[in-house]
Amino acid sequence: MSDQTTAYTAVHGEKISLLRVLGPGHVWALGVGIVLVGEFMGWNFAVGKGGAQAALIACWVAGLLYTCVAMIDSEVTSTVAAAGGQYAQAKHIVGPLMAFNVGLFLVMAYTMLEAGNAITAGFLIQTVAGMAGFEAVHDKPFIVLTIVALAWLNYRGVFASLTFNLVITAIAFLSIIVLFLALQPWAPTLHRLDTLATGLPYGWLGVIASLHFGLWYYLGIEGTCQAAEEVRSPARSLPLGTMTGMITLLIAATLTWWICVGLMPWEYLGQAITPLFDAARLTGSVALMVLLFIGTIFSTLASANGCINDASRAWFSMGRDRYLPVWFGAVHPTYRTPFRAIVFLVPVALVFALGAPLDQVITFSILSGLLGYTFMSFNIVMFRKRWPVGRIKRGYVHPLHPLPAIVLLVLCAATYFAVFLGYGTQLLAMMSFYIIASAWFHFHRYRYVRRGDQFTMPWPRPQGY
Amino acid sequence: MAKQPYQPPEQSMAGQVTDSLLLLALVIGALFLPLWLGLAGGGKTTLELPEQTWAGMAQTPAMQAQWEQLGYTEETAAELIASRFDYSFSWGALALTALVIIAYFGFVFRFSEQEYREVIDEKFGKP
Repeated sequence: MSDQTTAYTAVHGEKISLLRVLGPGHVWALGVGIVLVGEFMGWNFAVGKGGAQAALIACWVAGLLYTCVAMIDSEVTSTVAAAGGQYAQAKHIVGPLMAFNVGLFLVMAYTMLEAGNAITAGFLIQTVAGMAGFEAVHDKPFIVLTIVALAWLNYRGVFASLTFNLVITAIAFLSIIVLFLALQPWAPTLHRLDTLATGLPYGWLGVIASLHFGLWYYLGIEGTCQAAEEVRSPARSLPLGTMTGMITLLIAATLTWWICVGLMPWEYLGQAITPLFDAARLTGSVALMVLLFIGTIFSTLASANGCINDASRAWFSMGRDRYLPVWFGAVHPTYRTPFRAIVFLVPVALVFALGAPLDQVITFSILSGLLGYTFMSFNIVMFRKRWPVGRIKRGYVHPLHPLPAIVLLVLCAATYFAVFLGYGTQLLAMMSFYIIASAWFHFHRYRYVRRGDQFTMPWPRPQGY
Repeated sequence: MAKQPYQPPEQSMAGQVTDSLLLLALVIGALFLPLWLGLAGGGKTTLELPEQTWAGMAQTPAMQAQWEQLGYTEETAAELIASRFDYSFSWGALALTALVIIAYFGFVFRFSEQEYREVIDEKFGKP
C-alpha cells in the first residue's frame, strides 16, 4: 500500500505511472469541454441577478478575470508540470495546508459542476420527452446514468475519454455557431434585441451581483493543467491549449449572450435551465431544436467527463501525498487511471445532483473556483519571489507581472461581494466547511504526511528559506 | 547536513475509513445544511403585481409573444416575473463575511508557512 502513495504504483515489482499521451488539442478539449456547458446553462442566472446588460458586462469582466488566471496559470503550470495542477503548485510554492485546500477547491468545484451537468442533461431529456408526448419520462434515471457511465469511461482510460471529449466539444461549439448564423441577429427578424434587452433592473448594484454567475461562462478553464503529467510536452501544450481555450470561450460567451437576450424576456432568461435550447425553440425550426438538443447534451457530457477527470486526479494526488487516506493514491494496473478516486467521487456527485437545486450547486462550484483564483493571485507573487525569472527554467513567462495578480485579486474581491448579494448564507456555509477542514488537516491529518516528499521538483532552495 | 527525515505513523484501515467519512460528512453538510435550515435562497423576494395581465406585469407585446411561444400564460408567467433578488444588506453582515474570508486565508497561509519550513528543511537541510 505504501508504494501506491509515491509518484508511481508498484504492480508485480514494476512501477506504473500515468501515461503521457495527450497533445495541445486534448488540452484545449479538456479546458473548453469542461467550460463550454457554461454557455448552454448557468450563465443566464447572471441575467436574473442584474438584467441583460449586466450579464454582458459580467461576461467581459469575468473574461478579464480568467485571462489573468490563464496567464498566471500558464507560467506556473508550464514549470510545475505535475498531476493535480494548482494543487501541485501550492505544494511546492506555499505549503501542505494550502495544497490541501487547493485540492479540495478543485474537487468541490469540479464535482459540483459535474452534478450541475447531470441535472441539466436530465432536465433537458425530461423536457424533450414531454414535448414528444412522453410525459412519464423522469429526469432522475438519466442523472444517474450520466454520472455512472462517464465515471466508467474515465475508469477505462484517459486517452479514450479525452478523445471522446474532443469530438463532442467541437460539435457543441459548432451548434452555437450554427444557431447564431441561422438567427442572423445583425438583420433582425426573429431576434428583438432592441425591445427585449431592457435596462438595469437593479441598477449598478445588479451589475456587481451578476458577476457571481458571470464566472460560469469560463469556470473550469484552469482545469487544463490537471493533466500535466499526462501531456507529452507540458511547456508547449499547456499554455497553447489554455490560451486558445480562453479565446474560444470569449467568442462563444458573447455569441450566446447576443442570441439569448434578443429572444427571451429577461425574467424568463434569468431563471431558465436550458437557455440555448429555449432559443432554438423560439426560432420555430425543428432542425435547430434537434441541433441544440444535441449540443446541450454533448456539452453537459463533455463537461461532466472533464470534471470527473480533473476531480479524480486532484483526489488521487492528495491520496498519493497522504493528505487523504493513501488508499486513494493508487493507479489501476491495467488502465493506468486513478480508479479508486474516480469510484469514490461517484456517490458524492450523485448526492449533489439528486438532492440540490441547480443554482445552489452552481454557486458552490463557483465559490470553490473563486477561492482557487484568490489563491493564484498570491501564489504567482510568492513563486516569482522564491524563484525569480532566470533562476529556474520556465516554459512560459507571463508579461506585466504583478499587474495580472493585482487585477485578479481585485476582481475576486468584487465577486465575493457579488455572491454575498443573494447567496450570503451559502458563502458563509462554504467558508465554514473550509475552515473546519483546514483545522482537521493541520491538527490531525498532517502527521501522516512525509515532509521531504512534498517537494519533488528539481529546483534550488527557495529564496528566503 | 540534511535533517533526519520525519517518519509518519502508518494509518490503520479503520482510521482511513473514518477520515474519508468525516470529509464526506463535512462536504454534504456544507451544501445541505443551509437548504435543510431553510436559509438558502433567503436573498429572494416576490414583487406585488398590480394585476396578472401582461400589461400589468410590465410586459410589452414583443415580450408577451415570446412568453406565449415558450408555453406560458399570464398566470403561469406571473411567478417568474414577480421573483426578484433582495439586495438590501446590513453592513455588519458584510463586515462579518469579509472577516471570515480574510481570517480563513490568514489561517491557511500562516500554518502553511510553518509546514513549508519543515518541508524545505527536510528536503534541503538546515541553512
